[in-house]
This record gives sequence, structure tokens and C-alpha cells, in this order.
Amino acid sequence: MDLKLKIWRQKDSQSRGKFVNYKLNDVSPDSSFLEMLDVLNEELVERNEEPIVFDHDCREGICGACGMVINGRPHGPDSLITVCQLHMRKFKHGDTIVIEPWRARAFPLIKDLMVDRYAFDKLIQESGFVSVNTGSAPEANSIPVKKHYADLAMDAAACIGCGACVAACKNASAMLFVGAKVSHLTLLPQGKIEAKERVLQMVAKMDELGFGNCTNTGACEAECPKGITLTNIARLNREYYYAKV
Amino acid sequence: MSTIFTSSIGKKLMMSLAGFFLLAFLLVHLGINLLVIIYDDPMVYNKVAHFMGTNILVKIFEIVLMGGILLHIIYALILQIQNWIARPKRYSKANYSNTSFFSKFMIHTAIITLVFLAIHFADFYFKAKFGHTETLVVDGVLYHDLATEIVDKFKMLPFVVFYIAAFIFLGFHLVHGFQSAFKTYGLDNSRFTPVIQALAIVYSVVIVGGNTMIPLMIYFS
Ligand code: HEM
Ligand code: SF4
Ligand code: FES
Repeated sequence: MDLKLKIWRQKDSQSRGKFVNYKLNDVSPDSSFLEMLDVLNEELVERNEEPIVFDHDCREGICGACGMVINGRPHGPDSLITVCQLHMRKFKHGDTIVIEPWRARAFPLIKDLMVDRYAFDKLIQESGFVSVNTGSAPEANSIPVKKHYADLAMDAAACIGCGACVAACKNASAMLFVGAKVSHLTLLPQGKIEAKERVLQMVAKMDELGFGNCTNTGACEAECPKGITLTNIARLNREYYYAKV
Repeated sequence: MSTIFTSSIGKKLMMSLAGFFLLAFLLVHLGINLLVIIYDDPMVYNKVAHFMGTNILVKIFEIVLMGGILLHIIYALILQIQNWIARPKRYSKANYSNTSFFSKFMIHTAIITLVFLAIHFADFYFKAKFGHTETLVVDGVLYHDLATEIVDKFKMLPFVVFYIAAFIFLGFHLVHGFQSAFKTYGLDNSRFTPVIQALAIVYSVVIVGGNTMIPLMIYFS
């Protein structure tokens, strides 16, 4: 199929970016979205132009490195997948595809479609962990966990930190990400001990990093490739109030 | 403790509590105003209005209500401005995927409501308090004839249209506001939330329906 691509190009964080139009012919419907961009980049290199910069690593939907807004939707038109898992059969011959980077003050642009998501790492460094003594691991069966909580914690732990929730949110809020991290740790006995400090520190850090405020719109949940639900945001709110009283 | 007023979640909680208080108030307000169309005798409404205008508890409640409105507006504006700052560069294509639709227009419906509130206060509240209204003396007590005032207002078509339009936009604000407040309080799960969402629609339909019925029935009577 032949496609028209409208891609955001920006030299570096300082310069003004703009959309550049490209034509790409004979795209295989079986190729992935990133492969389609690889093909375009090869053409660009052959024409002695700068290739388009975008993040990617595993290309199997588990690392969270890839991410771009395609026709207004983070990770593109399909649900519950990252952009590396998106296939060109989702598009039609003659389509125009608009590709933009994640846009948020907390995720400054590095180049083209690549943004700096270090803010997420800072959130994890702040308190997104469980302090343990190093040494031998405890016997797993000595810490009983209710199935219900184990399931909820596993669901929350599926977050890969891709940032689509921030990109999708009209307020660039990180509540879904922080909600997932707080949930998966706090629901388990090992994480309960530091639950109060954790939620207070992570929320304070989240505000400091310049993310917006949640308005329960649900765009994050709709675009999250890992199906993290809004209930994690409600749990984050609960944990926060609980830590306050 | 202090960050409960300044953190993102804390500010949201304050706005939400004030907003929920306003939701409760709107029901009471509607209940009283329905008296104008339920009873032909304007004195029923006038007596209630007289009670509301003189009772000390109601006066205290009035101050609380003004505080609630201010609190809601101030926190909402701070949150909204921060939210705009958090996304300095907008997307060229808007994303309307599966989300709470009216939540995207809360600030817009809010500003329409604010304009309406200003006009509404100038029209009824301040007029009843400080302005000139017709008075009636019944059993030796002086009443402002507010019921007739309302009926006169709603005989004017532009006023009726404006009033109804304002309530429809407020209704959009309430559909999202009602259910969003529960999430803000941390109450959200797959069984509970659909019930709340249905209640939000019922509540908004009652408020918008009731408040449009009043001008319509007066205009066509
Ligand atoms: C009687 C009138 C009003 C009622 C009953 C009301 C009620 C509510 C409720 C319940 C919420 C949701 C709180 C939450 O998400 O937790 C809300 C949100 C909001 N309200 Fe109001 N409100 C009213 C008037 C206003 C006015 C006059 C403004 C003026 C600026 C305003 C601005 C906002 C904004 C900006 C939001 C945030 C929406 C969001 O979360 O995206 N509201 N309102
Ligand atoms: S919550 Fe979902 S959208 Fe947000 S970072 Fe995690 S995986 Fe990505
Ligand atoms: S490249 Fe790893 S999730 Fe897409």
C-alpha cells in the first residue's frame, strides 16, 4: 500500500519543530509500524537526509521504550498494544498518517519523535521500591498473599513505563503510572511496610516534576498498552488519604 | 498535614468536596423553586423565601454556600491552569478515544455556568436582598413578592432561552462532576462505578429537567 506520512521533525530540544510530509510506496501490510519507519529511514539515508529518530528496543511489546502518537492516539489505532506491536494492516492504501511525539512538559523532547522520560525513573528512584536487606531470599511460602491481592498486584505490575498514559491525558497527568506503581507494591505484604512514606513521596515528586492533575477523564486507561485501569488511580487516592490521617 | 491543601490530590479533593456540596445544594434549590409552579398561590413560595431570607441558620448556610462556590472555583482554576501548563505544546490531532466525554469540556461548561451565576445573582439574589421588589402584607408581615417576580421574568422569551441553555451546559458539567467526585474520593471498582455513572445521569437529568420545566411551564401558562 502507498501512504502519506506527516511526521514531526525537530532537530533538538531548543529548535522549533515542524511537520514534514513523506510519501512511502509499496508498504507491506504485514510489516510492523516501526518496520515501516525503518524502511522510510533507509530511503532517507539513501537520499542523504537525516533519518527520523524514535525510541525502540525490544520490539515485542514488553520494554516500554517505543511510543508515538499516531493520528491522535498514543501507540496508534489498536488497543492494548505498544506501537512496535502495531501492524500496517490496520491502515489502508492512500491513508495519511500523522505521527507526533509524546507531548508533556515533564517529557522534554530530545529529537524528532524521541522524548526524555527520565521523569518516570526519578519517580521510581524516589520511592517506587521496597527496601530489603540483601542476603538470601526468604522462603516464598512463608509470606502468605491472598489470591485476590496477588492478582491485583500482578495486573498493576504489568505497567512497562511507556508514558502513553501521560501522552494521552489532556492534563499530562502521571496518575495512572504512579497509581500502578503504588498499587503493585502496596498490595503485597513486603510493600505494605513503607506504604505511607512511598505514596506521599511519589505524589510530591510527581507534582514537582510538572505532571498535570488527574480529572478522571479515562484517556490513560483507554490508551494504556497493558490494560492498567483507573481503579489504580482511585487506589492511589485512597492510599494518599490513608497516609495523611 | 499541610500538603492536603496543596498537593495535586489534595487540591483535587478540596475542589471535589466543594463541588459535591454544590450538587446537594442544587437539589434543595430545585425543590424550593418547584413550589412556584406547583402552587398557584404565590404566597407559598413567598413564605418559604421569607423564611430563607430571615432564618439565622439559613443565613449561616448562605455564607457556607458562598464559601463552597468560591472554594470550588478557586481550586478548579488553579488545577486547570496547572493542567494547561503541563502540556505546553498541543497535539495537532485531538484524541477522543473511549473517555468520559464531558470531562474534556469541564472548564468550558464551568465558565458558562459562572457567567450564568453572575447574572442569576444580579437578577434574583441581590434584587431580593437589596433591590426593589413589590411587597405584600399578609397577616401583618411584610413579604417580598418574589414569586410574581419570577413569573414576570419567565414571561420573557430571551430570558427563558438563556436560562434553559445555561442549565443544559451545567448539566454537562454535572454528568462528569458527579461520577468523577467518587473516583477522587478513591471509590471506584467495576461493580460500584456503573451504578454511580447511572446515578450521575439521573441526577443531571433531574436537575436540568426540573430547572427547565419551571421557565417553560410559566412561559406557556
Ligand atoms: C452549582 C454549580 C456547580 C456544581 C454543582 C459543580 C460541581 C462539580 C463537581 C462535582 C466536580 C467534580 C469534582 C471531581 O472531579 O472530583 C466539578 C469539577 C469542576 N468544576 Fe464545578 N461545579 C459547579 C460550578 C462550577 C463553576 C462556576 C466553575 C467555575 C470556574 C467550576 C469549575 C470546575 C472545574 C474546572 C472542574 C474540574 C473538572 C475536571 O476535573 O476536569 N464549577 N464541579
Ligand atoms: S500505566 Fe500503561 S500507559 Fe502508563 S506507563 Fe504504564 S504501561 Fe504505559
Ligand atoms: S520496543 Fe519495547 S515495547 Fe515497543
